[in-house]
Amino acid sequence: MERNLALIALFAALIAALGLIPKFTLGFGVPITAQSLGVMLCGTVLGSKRGALAVLLFLLLVALGLPLLAGGRGGLGVFVSPSAGFLIGFPIAAFVTGFIVEKWRAAPLGLVSGLGSVVGGVIVLYVFGVAGLAIVLGKSLPEAALLVIAFLPADFVKAILAGVITAALAKARPQSILSRA
Amino acid sequence: MISLNSSVETWAHRWPAGLKLGSLCFATVILFSQNSVVFHSAVFGACIVLYLLPGKQFSKPGLQRLFALWPFIAIILVWHFLIGAKVEGLVVTLRLLSAVAIANLVTMTTKLSEMIEVIRWISTPLRRFGMNTRVLEVGIALVVRFTPVLIDKGGQLTQSWSARSHKKPSWKIVMPFTVLAIDDAEYVADAIKARGGL
Repeated sequence: MERNLALIALFAALIAALGLIPKFTLGFGVPITAQSLGVMLCGTVLGSKRGALAVLLFLLLVALGLPLLAGGRGGLGVFVSPSAGFLIGFPIAAFVTGFIVEKWRAAPLGLVSGLGSVVGGVIVLYVFGVAGLAIVLGKSLPEAALLVIAFLPADFVKAILAGVITAALAKARPQSILSRA
Repeated sequence: MISLNSSVETWAHRWPAGLKLGSLCFATVILFSQNSVVFHSAVFGACIVLYLLPGKQFSKPGLQRLFALWPFIAIILVWHFLIGAKVEGLVVTLRLLSAVAIANLVTMTTKLSEMIEVIRWISTPLRRFGMNTRVLEVGIALVVRFTPVLIDKGGQLTQSWSARSHKKPSWKIVMPFTVLAIDDAEYVADAIKARGGL
């Protein structure tokens, strides 16, 4: 129980920290924020339930008024802003990602984590994000999707990185990969 | 860890947190049920007055957070102008700004401790069913305590990278960053167990 709580809390803190440290670059100089990568790692490392709980704890603290989102944003305002759909999708994305990693054991962890992150951390997340954007901006779903399509390539790259990082973590700290425990 | 609560005392700081959160839910429902540009103009005007009344020290950070929405506002207004629906665009813009303004007002006038009290009150039925809600309170405290620690360690990792490479820090620092978080979690778990557990 204590270890589960500590991992959930520290991964929630990790999501916050990944949004607040300086942006880093992909290989070809494109700067990216790593907060959604943190959400994917919650699923691939902690599994579906613990991963989703870590993200929910993170969102609870954002709602309580802490500036934990990328760029130091936070508070209740973000839950009625255009990015609200993405925030609501975060824990579901972590759950779906973790569920795929937990159930699909026939393939290597890195590959499964990457594909799980694509399904959960990109496809599922964007479904919620686009829906939220459509509701807040009063647009149709295709119109709202056009607004975020430019961010998809970077997020696909993040999903692949989540797989690579999870595979490396499995070598460095094998006992911490709760999704395969 | 610094929260987004304002240190400037206003009349709203004295309201109970639960009442403010309930009013926010009610206000959001009303905002999304109305489509009149006159209504939304009046609501947004009232929001601006509420921000300005306590003075510049309160209004400046609050209005800066509203200003951060400008890319979305620009897209909405240009889009609706191009399709010949200027009034609808104005309604969507004012509704968005008012909703965010009211929500941020609640955040700025409510202390973190008061928000946690509301969470504790909401979780009362769970305690009646025998669930240990202290786990949630400890979890909140751990995140508040360790986020600055991890930010500091992340900063040290990027500095270490910069000391060894002329290139900007890449995604490769995320793996050691995650290892640091996992190691801290193991130490924290041992510390909680040593103090009697949950």
